[in-house]
Formats: sequence, structure tokens, C-alpha cells
Amino acid sequence: MSNRARMSPVRTGFVHLALAAYTLIALFPVFLTVINSFKDRNAIFRSPLQVPLPSTFSLIGYKTVLGQADFLNYFQNSFVVTIASIVLVLLFGAMAAFALSEYRFRGNALMGLYMAIGIMIPIRLGTVAILQGMVETGLVNTLTALILVYTAQGIPLAIFILSEFMRGVSDDLKNAGRIDGLSEYAIFFRLVLPLVRPAMATVAVFTMIPIWNDLWFPLILAPSEATKTVTLGSQIFIGQFVTNWNAVLAALSLAILPILVLYVIFARQLIRGITAGAVK
Amino acid sequence: MSDADMTELDDIPIKRPVRWHIAVFLAPAFIVYSAIMVLPLIETLRLSFYNLVDGVPTFVGLSNYRVLFGDLRWSHDFWNALRNNLIFFAIHMCVQNPIGIALAALLSTPKLRFVAFYRTAIFLPTLLSFVIVGFIWKLILSPIWGVAPWLMSLVGMKSLFAPWLGQSGPALVAVSLISNWQYIGIPMMLIYAALLSIPEEVIEAAECDGITGWSQFWKIKLPLILPAIGIISILTFVGNFNAFDLVYTIQGALAGPDMSTDILGTFLYRTFFGFQLQLGDRSMGATIATVMFLIILAGVSFYLFAIQRRMRRYQF
Repeated sequence: MSNRARMSPVRTGFVHLALAAYTLIALFPVFLTVINSFKDRNAIFRSPLQVPLPSTFSLIGYKTVLGQADFLNYFQNSFVVTIASIVLVLLFGAMAAFALSEYRFRGNALMGLYMAIGIMIPIRLGTVAILQGMVETGLVNTLTALILVYTAQGIPLAIFILSEFMRGVSDDLKNAGRIDGLSEYAIFFRLVLPLVRPAMATVAVFTMIPIWNDLWFPLILAPSEATKTVTLGSQIFIGQFVTNWNAVLAALSLAILPILVLYVIFARQLIRGITAGAVK
Repeated sequence: MSDADMTELDDIPIKRPVRWHIAVFLAPAFIVYSAIMVLPLIETLRLSFYNLVDGVPTFVGLSNYRVLFGDLRWSHDFWNALRNNLIFFAIHMCVQNPIGIALAALLSTPKLRFVAFYRTAIFLPTLLSFVIVGFIWKLILSPIWGVAPWLMSLVGMKSLFAPWLGQSGPALVAVSLISNWQYIGIPMMLIYAALLSIPEEVIEAAECDGITGWSQFWKIKLPLILPAIGIISILTFVGNFNAFDLVYTIQGALAGPDMSTDILGTFLYRTFFGFQLQLGDRSMGATIATVMFLIILAGVSFYLFAIQRRMRRYQF
């Protein structure tokens, strides 16, 4: 890094200008929603771009949302589904990735190809039969149905990314473990898994986003009040309150909040995962 | 390579017992994936050849497809959805991916400050759900609120403002651009990672030869990240031909105005699940899903066999 040619300050300035401009485009809508959710109705329309002042500050939207819809429950459902799916995807995906990258056995390439189909072919196309299967097994309107679907959806990409990383784990280390009498399971859980942790974080983030944001499967498999995820819950709530701008803006802000928190926690992990992949 | 050869040599003389651990490692992923993903997909393809005859599911051959392509009402809706989907995809390829690549190139400028901040901020919309994105933009573009006209008046283009989401011509473009705004983070991140993985020595060699700045990007970096560009293109293709949520959130299941934003995903949803007066039709749903499957399969095969194979990969 040190002996790179220096950039002229003017060029650096232009780079900053361009990036800052796009950052503004990316953040402005979110900013606008959040500041207006704290204002009273008149202020929302009179001066949409002003931050809430003491005279225009109002929590009426939040009161409506929390009084009308069971957002706490929706959040809980989303958390349960997302976290359970990520754990299963990481565990099952890492195990299969280890088997495919570590051992040579008949059908290895075929198995890898079979698993890779799911990276490109979206699981949504099987919805007709998935719904039918869930109805037959009585899993409709349960969180289990969503967890199973999201696990199946996440496994192919997890295997793909993790096996790339596992090939990079030194064979000497694993063989040293074998000589020390570690079982294959111990080698996987105690030697290999800790070494691919950055890749696991990358997979976790890539898996998390589509699960948290999915509207299709909650809408079709689990639309009941008790199993609504926050994405489906806010969709329906906002649809009903479309003319109550305070409530809509508050509901949107509430839906943004946990993603922001999760992102702040995971952003560093994601970057570390990507740069670790890049170093390799 | 030498590692693999060695393992092979080791394998031959020693007769190993059945290695059950391989099966144990593979089984959970294999079972869940097969049961929830592969088998339902096959079953869906099979269902497209069946329909209810007097209330009994019967094999009807290709007659579902004949209805989809031959019946005037169905084929009109299908071609409309397919055409809109192609436009949707084209806009992503022409707007989202080039801007994503440009942002990644800017971000990878050496010794740039605040990179983490820019990256985090630009990736943020990708994390938001379609519901949030859809409604935020619906509010911003709403003529009632007046934020969009006000913003356009800043650059002197207020007269050009129109309630785009409500007009059947611009609505599809507006929805596509909203989707671009949301997903620009994905090409940006993937290309950024690819740019970071270009070894220092290559860049230094280029600098020694006096190739810097723009020409360095075009001549050195771009050829090296072509595989990553191929990947984002095929990801965009698959994502677009399977999109549903954003259109559903902004325009509803009828994909208004006048079905001008109807894409295959919303068409499948309406057909399979029914909407308002239209009853859900499982067989036709399966038929549309099969057609979508074939479209995606064709795109993916084209990428794998025609593009990826010809692409030169550089090993460092």
C-alpha cells in the first residue's frame, strides 16, 4: 500500500464529491422518513424537509402504530425465523461444504453440482408444490414452515462460499489433528470452523437480508396474525392506514430501526469477510 | 494441485472402512434442500401437465400451455408481463450495474478516507425491505406530499414532475429505478471485493509502465473483474425474473396502473393465489412457474456455457 502513486488532491476531491453525492441519494429517503415520523401532521406537509422542532414534535404516529398493530409480536416472529434459519444454514452448509471440500469420494462432483443448482434457480418457482406440502404436513401458518423454506433457500450459496474457504485451510493442520487422534468431527468443529469464521459472517449477512425482507413466503405460507413477520405486518398495516401519514411514517421508521441496529453490528463482519476473501 | 495428488497417492494403498462421517456431514443439507427445494420444484413442473377435470386432477398433457399461449386473455397477460420483465431487467443492467461498478471503482481509490462510511451508507438501502423502500418512494413521489416536485424545483425541472407511479407509461421505469436504488449495493460490494483482490504487484507494474487513473481502470482492472461483472449480470437476471415484492408493495397485486408494471412474479402470484374476483388456479400457477423456470434456466445456461467458459480467468 505504501508505495502507491499519490493521487492529486483535486482528483481525490472529485472522488469524494461523487461518493458523497450518491451517499446523499442513498440516505435521503430514509432520513426523510425518520424525521417526519416525529412531526405532527401539519408539519409533515408544510415543511417536509425540516427536522422536528419542539413546536412540531409529535409522537402521534407511533402511538397509533403501537396501539393498532402487534408490532412487538411481528418483530419477534421475524427474529425467530431469521436467526433459526441462519443457524441452520450455517451449520448444515458448513458441514456439507466440509464433506465436499475435504474428502474425495464417488459422486463428490455430482453432489456439488446438485447443491449448486439452488444458487441460480430460485426456490419461489416451487411455491405451488411447497404450499401443497406444507398443507399436507400441517405446517401452514407456522414459523417452522418459513424456517424450513429459508434454510433450503440459503444452503446452496452457503455451501458454495464455505467450500471455497475450506479448501484454503491448511492440510497440515488437519493432518496434525488426525495424528493427535482427533475424530473427523472434532477436526471439523474444533479446527476448521474457527478458521472459516469470517466466511461464516459473510454467509450470515447474505442469508439474512433476503430472509428478513421476504414478503412472498410469509404472504403465502404464514399470513396468520400470530405468525406474521414484520415485513408482512407492516405491508398490511400500511395498506390499511394509507391515508394516516403519521402512522405510515412511524411504521416505516419502526421497521427500519432493527435493520439499522443489525447492520451496525454486522457491517464490520461483512467487510472483514469480503476482505478476507479478497486476500486469499 | 500437488496436495490433491498426494492425497490420491495416500488413498490407493490403504483400504479405508466406510467413511460414515461423510454421510453424516452431507445428510442434513441434502435432506432439507431436496425435500423443500428440489422435490417441490419437480412437483411443480409435473403439476403443469395436470388440471382439474370434473374436480379430479387429470393428466392433460400440454393443454395448460395451450391455454397460456393460445387463449387470448391469458396470452395477452403473459406477453405483457414478459415484456415488462425484460424492460425491468434492461433498466437494471443499464443503470444499476454500471453505477454500482463506478461506485466500487471510486471506493477502491487508494488511501481514500471515509471509505467505510460511504460503503456502509450506500449499502444501507439494500438491507431495507421492499415494503419500506416501496412505501418511502411512494410517499416521496406522491404529488400530495410534494417532496419530489420541491426537489426538482431546486434543479429547475419542476415542470417535468408528474405522478409517475400513477401513469401507465412511466410507472414501470419508476418502479425499476426504485429497485435500482435499493439494490445498487450488491454490484458495488461484489465488484469492490473483486477490485480489492487484484494483487498489489499488478497495479505497481502498471504504474511503473505509466498506466494510472482512468486508463489503469479500463486496461488493467476492468479485464480482471470481468468474471465478477458476469456474476452480477446473472444475479441481476435471476433476481429480476423472479422479482415480485417491490411491484406488489408499490402497485398492489394488480400491478397497476392498467397492469403496466405487471412482471412474471406478480402474474404468477395473481394466477396461483387469486386476487379479488379472480380465483386462484393451481395448475395455471404451476404452468407459469414452469415457464419462469425455463426462462431462468435458459439465462443461466447461456451464462454458464456461452459467457463464463469464454471468459479468461487470471490466477495469481
